[in-house]
Amino acid sequence: MSEILLIIVGSVLVNNFVMSQFLGICPFLGVSKKVETAMGMGMAVTFVMALASLITYFIQSYLLVPLDLEYMQTIAFILVIAVLVQIVEIALKKISRSLYQALGVYLPLITTNCAVLGVALLNTREGYNLIESVVNGVGAALGFMLAIVLFASIRERLSTSNMPKWMDGFPGALITAGLMSLAFQGFSGLI
Amino acid sequence: MTAILISVLVLGALGLVFGVLLMLANKVFEMPSDPKRDAVRAALPGANCGGCGFAGCDALADAIAAGTAPISACPVGGAACANAIAEILGLEDMPDQVRNVATVVCQGSKDRCRDKFEYHGIQDCVAAATINNGNRSCKYACLGLGTCVRACKFDAIHIDEATGIAKVDPEKCTSCGACVRACPKKVLSLQPVTVPVRLLCRAAEEGKVVSDNCKIGCVGCAKCMDACKFGAITMVNNLPVIDHEKCVGCMMCAETCPNGSLWGDFDNRLIAEIDRDLCIGCTICKRNCKFDAISGVLKQVHEVNEACTGCGQCALKCPKKAITMRVRDHARDANAKVGTQEA
Repeated sequence: MSEILLIIVGSVLVNNFVMSQFLGICPFLGVSKKVETAMGMGMAVTFVMALASLITYFIQSYLLVPLDLEYMQTIAFILVIAVLVQIVEIALKKISRSLYQALGVYLPLITTNCAVLGVALLNTREGYNLIESVVNGVGAALGFMLAIVLFASIRERLSTSNMPKWMDGFPGALITAGLMSLAFQGFSGLI
Repeated sequence: MTAILISVLVLGALGLVFGVLLMLANKVFEMPSDPKRDAVRAALPGANCGGCGFAGCDALADAIAAGTAPISACPVGGAACANAIAEILGLEDMPDQVRNVATVVCQGSKDRCRDKFEYHGIQDCVAAATINNGNRSCKYACLGLGTCVRACKFDAIHIDEATGIAKVDPEKCTSCGACVRACPKKVLSLQPVTVPVRLLCRAAEEGKVVSDNCKIGCVGCAKCMDACKFGAITMVNNLPVIDHEKCVGCMMCAETCPNGSLWGDFDNRLIAEIDRDLCIGCTICKRNCKFDAISGVLKQVHEVNEACTGCGQCALKCPKKAITMRVRDHARDANAKVGTQEA
């Protein structure tokens, strides 16, 4: 039980995907102008990362390891994630129209999110079992969501404040991201 | 060699299985889709830029097909895209869109509105506006230092040499609103391009203050409100507010305005014309004319006289549709005082 708790704290705060591992920076900067859309992106990422951790665990332990094909991990995982996202999208469209619309265009965008591939690769590197993998996936995604929602709310404030012209927009956002990353470094050594 | 073969085979098989899975998923979860909606989606640019405010082109196509978004909602596709969609949805013509243009709500040229002091600072309205509300005597006036000109990406706005204030080229203006946001004096606003009358002054001060500052400023005399027979004008903060829903375009307010701060589109002013063959002399038009501009007796063809303001009420009321409104070929004689014409 304490193992699981450690994984959660570790993935959400200490090894935050965006803030200390620098994965998933593209959506972090791209979809963080509004808190609302940042939430949508965070939810979609959580959904996909949990599923990806689950499926890639099976691919890894029942296909790649028995066949001595661990070196093909990256390609196999990319394939799995891409297909997974597509199937989820098709299924969601039919099953839950409202959820499909809430996630909108973010769902297909996640196909190419390195954070999703990252969590799958890290799970195998750390040698997590099935439950630990899924917990790590969800935790990392929640960490991503925490970072992007915090960042988006700061950017919302920044956009209405009187910034000097040379700091307006991306320069200010990047400095903000750097400062946030520094703050998250404060968690290192927690576990 | 075998290692390569195995990896190729395994990944190939994996890809094949996934492909089949996707195909099955597509079959199982197939949605009956609306062909009209798909056609609309195909007509959209497909960049998923979100410029329309919807989450991508698919969401916009849904909204357009459902009728909740206008067919011209896509800013990227522009008119061509809107026309293509209009064709798909079977709309004969584009519904009349009220095209907005940036409008300079100030006529305080150099000769009409004095300078309070000589400004030699940074040649930018934002900077100038921070010093005692700018150098113009009226604090609502256009400063003419061209912040809007620099904000415009379409070369649609310039500082007029003669007047020293901003001037918009309505042809080039795309109503993007960049100048409206840039102007520190809020002199610019987006207004419909074709309106019969428009207030071109923002000075919400007492009449005395305004008239001291500017020769063409609105002094809040409310003559326009009295002149409006359709109740379209109310006075708010010493300025007339025109309700364009109620306005019928008679332009009497602009004609009455003593100093010209209320602009009227007199070049396109209308006049009623009675078709002599259709008129049956029912006198309905005469009774409905608020300006005594129609004369005639029962059962005889009626005539429109010079007092007609072009409000169009007679044309609306005529049971025989004998009255058409056309653009006047000469200006209305302001001396043809309303209500003094003999029948």
